[in-house]
Amino acid sequence: MQTKRAIFASRVLPYWLLAPQLAVTLVFFLWPAAQAVRQSFLREDAFGLKTSFVWLENYTRLFHDPNYLNSLKVTVVFAASVTLLSVALGLLFALAVDRMIASSRLYTTLLVWPYAVAPAVAGVLWWFMFNPTLGVIPYVLEGLGYDWNHLLSPTDAMILVVAASTWKQISYNFLFFVAGLQAIPRALGEAAAIDGAGPVKRFFSITFPLLSPTTFFLMVVNTVYAMFDTFPVIHATTEGNPAQSTNILVYKVYVDGFLGLNLGSSAAQSVVLMAIVIALTVIQFRYIERRVEY
Amino acid sequence: MVENRPLLTLAAHLVLIGGLVLVVFPVWLAFVASTHGPAAFMAAPVPLLPGPDLVKNYGALIASGVSTSGAPPIGLMLWNSLAMALMISIGKIAISVPSAFAIVYFRFPFRMLAFWAIFITLMLPVEVRIVPTFKVVADLGMLNSYAGLAVPLIASATATFLFRQFFLTVPDELMEAARVDGAGPMKFFRDILLPLSRTNIAALFVILFIYGWNQYIWPLLITTDPGYYTIVMGIKRMVDVADARPQWHLVMATAILAMLPPVVVVVAMQRLFVRGLVETEK
Repeated sequence: MQTKRAIFASRVLPYWLLAPQLAVTLVFFLWPAAQAVRQSFLREDAFGLKTSFVWLENYTRLFHDPNYLNSLKVTVVFAASVTLLSVALGLLFALAVDRMIASSRLYTTLLVWPYAVAPAVAGVLWWFMFNPTLGVIPYVLEGLGYDWNHLLSPTDAMILVVAASTWKQISYNFLFFVAGLQAIPRALGEAAAIDGAGPVKRFFSITFPLLSPTTFFLMVVNTVYAMFDTFPVIHATTEGNPAQSTNILVYKVYVDGFLGLNLGSSAAQSVVLMAIVIALTVIQFRYIERRVEY
Repeated sequence: MVENRPLLTLAAHLVLIGGLVLVVFPVWLAFVASTHGPAAFMAAPVPLLPGPDLVKNYGALIASGVSTSGAPPIGLMLWNSLAMALMISIGKIAISVPSAFAIVYFRFPFRMLAFWAIFITLMLPVEVRIVPTFKVVADLGMLNSYAGLAVPLIASATATFLFRQFFLTVPDELMEAARVDGAGPMKFFRDILLPLSRTNIAALFVILFIYGWNQYIWPLLITTDPGYYTIVMGIKRMVDVADARPQWHLVMATAILAMLPPVVVVVAMQRLFVRGLVETEK
């Protein structure tokens, strides 16, 4: 880890400076996380009277539970769709804005504000738009001969939550790609143009490779977003239904823990999710450190 | 632009206009819905142009709330959201600047341990460990309180890391000069480091305010007293009315009011916002 060449000499002061942050982290992050790990090795009987230590039984049950495996599959489909769609659309809009001279600021302003819309509100907006009896889109689709009903059709429900989650995230990716594109020296594109490379060729052999750090970073961040921060979208729209088709992992932790009161299983699920988060954090951190050093 | 290609420029404009439609349309629908009376939502399709009831609907929300679903007047929910967002954003900055200072400018035993203890929470969202965190807050008697709404969300590594990265770029000479002049660590922190960090603090504040305002599941779980409802979670309570159709015009008016403050913040402080976003995540 990097440090300063010159430092202050004080034995006590740094601990005082760190104390508030560490206290909150310990009480509300590390302690609950430790509780989840502990709970994941325990099993309570139906009345909550007796608790026994069951080693890894909660985990083995979890990975033999068809509902959990289904949730895992749903999460992969959901996270991959949201990540790819929102990154691709963000890149598309950023490339288009990058061509603009006079109007780029205006377009940027008009495209960034959905970042500020709460995921829960985004969910409600799309839920209203896709409402099977009232919504505009089902009305149009009916005219085209498609009977939209996300209350019954797993595919429709998945499309709904993917659309709402993507909608909110495009502006984020857009901003990072705009920043990434601005960092690419114009001279490179100009040189390639003089050598006769067209826009498509220039994009694939210059722009896209030079954007790859941004793209990689956004892939990680969007995966985290899709896996965890979309909880409100699910909760405000489909609530995991129909037939568990939108029951992503982080929603299942909540359902099993709070509604099902299956604490051992919920804790084991929490631990699995924490492992995933920490793995993604480490991936991203290696990347952060690399960027800082050059 | 490298070369003049009118067709490509036209295509770019079309792509952006398509993007704008995609981005604006759901909000436009919500706004339109919030200007109609309940009769407009009896049959498909919902109206696409504004109706006459704008003042009436928003007036009803402000005056009395939606009593059938137990939601308090909108002013209270907006106030709660504001209080939570400010507590979270100011709290996060207040605890993360000193801890970044400690990590960068001091060497002390367990420094790496402290660093990792904070760092491990970088991307650990509350949703992942929601049951045990809820239990901690309940045991501390913080349900239905502003402290319960804000404090558990205050710790986050993101802000600490932003300031750590920033402090690392501050020239060592500044600190050496301060020391030669006899300034202690706290004086250096207050008179040199904090003023240098002003823009970063402002930029981060914008991001954190939005983060705080948009919290959903946490307030939903820990508030059962309508006096502590925040507006973002209040919408859900309004949609979930038992045995009845949601009152769409009021739900959508609430949604518009819920998104207005953070959207205004982003648009008004776009430069700071972009800077905060790109810097925090780098």
